[in-house]
Amino acid sequence: MNRVLASLSRVWAVFMKELVQMRRDRLTFGMMFGIPIVQLILFGFAINTDPKHLPAALVVEENTPIVRTLVKSLETSGYYDFVLSTDDPRQSADLLAEGKVAFVVSIPAGFTRGLIRGDHPQILIEADASDPSASSNALFLAQTILSQSLRHDLKDVTITQAGESDPFELVLQPNFNPERITSYNIVPGLLGVILTMTLVMITGMAMTREVEQGTMENLLAMPARPGEVMLGKILPYVLVGAMQTAVILIAAQVLFHVPFAGSLWVLLLGVTIFVIANLALGFTFSTIAKSQMQAMQLTFFFFLPSLLLSGFMFPFRGMPGWAQSIGEVLPLTHFLRIVRGVMLKDASFEQLHAPFLMMSLFTAAVTAIAMLRYRRTLD
Amino acid sequence: MNDELAIDVRGLVKRFANKTAVGGVDIQMPRGAVWGFLGPNGSGKTTTIRMICGLLKATEGEGTCLGFDIRRDTDRIKARTGYMTQKFSFWSDMTIRENLEFVARLYRLPDLKPTVDETLDKLGLTHRQGQLAGALSGGWKQRMALAAVTMHRPQLLLLDEPTAGVDPLARREFWDEIHAFASDGMTVLVSTHYMDEAERCDRIAYLANGKKIAEGRVEDILARSGLITFRGEGADVRRLSELLKGKPGLDHVAYFGAALHVSGKDRSKLQAGLASVGASDVVWQEVRPSLEDAFIALMSEAGADTRVHA
Repeated sequence: MNRVLASLSRVWAVFMKELVQMRRDRLTFGMMFGIPIVQLILFGFAINTDPKHLPAALVVEENTPIVRTLVKSLETSGYYDFVLSTDDPRQSADLLAEGKVAFVVSIPAGFTRGLIRGDHPQILIEADASDPSASSNALFLAQTILSQSLRHDLKDVTITQAGESDPFELVLQPNFNPERITSYNIVPGLLGVILTMTLVMITGMAMTREVEQGTMENLLAMPARPGEVMLGKILPYVLVGAMQTAVILIAAQVLFHVPFAGSLWVLLLGVTIFVIANLALGFTFSTIAKSQMQAMQLTFFFFLPSLLLSGFMFPFRGMPGWAQSIGEVLPLTHFLRIVRGVMLKDASFEQLHAPFLMMSLFTAAVTAIAMLRYRRTLD
Repeated sequence: MNDELAIDVRGLVKRFANKTAVGGVDIQMPRGAVWGFLGPNGSGKTTTIRMICGLLKATEGEGTCLGFDIRRDTDRIKARTGYMTQKFSFWSDMTIRENLEFVARLYRLPDLKPTVDETLDKLGLTHRQGQLAGALSGGWKQRMALAAVTMHRPQLLLLDEPTAGVDPLARREFWDEIHAFASDGMTVLVSTHYMDEAERCDRIAYLANGKKIAEGRVEDILARSGLITFRGEGADVRRLSELLKGKPGLDHVAYFGAALHVSGKDRSKLQAGLASVGASDVVWQEVRPSLEDAFIALMSEAGADTRVHA
């Protein structure tokens, strides 16, 4: 009995010591509550696997009441938001590749006449299926939406051919990933995820290690400028990033047979900027964190929204506006647009200039913060 | 500005969030000397050194190091000084040679390999060059650090408690190295709290509670303290120390091993005090006051905390 009590009192001593140390490390303490709250908010509010209000382009070559009803029915379904309406099919071709719209709905000239004649005219819906999950519900429901609306509209009109089948033919064309293979979307995205996770963490720890081991004082006592130290610390990991990229790209080809439609050079430029963005961010974290442990926690704190809000795991367009705004800041969001754009959609540099610009802005801002925060003294 | 001075700082003050670490220190240190920087733990030695070499920004005060402003010209100061930190601050997962090569590259020393070879040889590190710095014993670590901070031939060497935790033989060898560098024309400032090491310096400055309370040659400081010290030996000294404390004229009573040192400034009062406790088996004998006695005296004059950490 006495031995049990003695043992318990020693457990108590260690317990008290841990509490004291936990309280000392404010950042860790904050993270223990911050991370669950962020997770709750992200999973609870931001993530939506049934995205609605997807931007769509409309190509209608005739304007009849029936066509208007069909368009209206797609809109009222909540899945299609027509952001552009044109009668020129060429105008809508680029929009899908640029990612400005998720669908192009085309209703050809003579549709109404053919419908009444019982010719089964076609309606074409082209989709950006590079992310199969983002477009699947909208595509899946299109047939039902359209046929219900027609039935309602045509109940007074004598349709030549009666019967169960619909009086029109819906042609679905999932572009960029016709077989809707999930790994085609995931594997290129994984390149961004892996680079984010490893590079932010490695650089975050590289600098805090100097502080923790006391070698920072020595580094500061020697005549090295902040930019020089930063560059020297980051460059080895640029090599690491390059090797990771090579491994993942080869694996994508060999193991997953992911198509590579676009230009390798555009992709490599994207990878380079993205790698620098992550390294600069890691360096900034290391100027904030006081220990390697804290640097890891900050990395995780950044990694979580990157994973969830960038469009990697869940459709970007399914998220509420505030979550999309956060996502727009994250470099991974823009990198995903570039890597998926290049590999699956054969997007050109011109078509991707927006994500390139945003990623470069992020890199410049974070680098500036890192340079300002890097202290040249021990104060 | 006096170009003959390696360090010329006035009124240096460093305040951290809630405490003043250094409260107004002046140092005028000529080139080519070996200066000892003495004082108990927490007296502001490290902070003062860091302000001089540009690692900390002084809250108040100004001055020059090697003729360069300590606030604005830190890059030039860093290029010309060698600073050995109190805690070993080289890369423990790199070998001695790798550490030295890194330092040599950072200072852009020409002829990397021969320079490193020569440094290794000079400090007797050649046969250990492949060992990881982290695996070295205390004495070898200090030796490697000294090699690293002197490789670029600095004009000024700042050594912060370089011999703390090092065995006596290694300490002696280390001091030989320091004097060898000084005879090459380097100016050396060594902080220490070993009193015996003060005697190895040309001049010493004594810091307590962030203030300089004495400066000069060891003999001068002893003379200036005006102390007379008697040493008592015998079986009864432990009982005696309680009786002697607080007697008029007996300013300091302290153990030196099994002996008791009793110091005061007035010879007659001192002798009367010793006689009044009347312990026949203790033999009293006048000795040269130790530096420690002198500092305790100086500190109590300055109203400072009189704890001395030896």
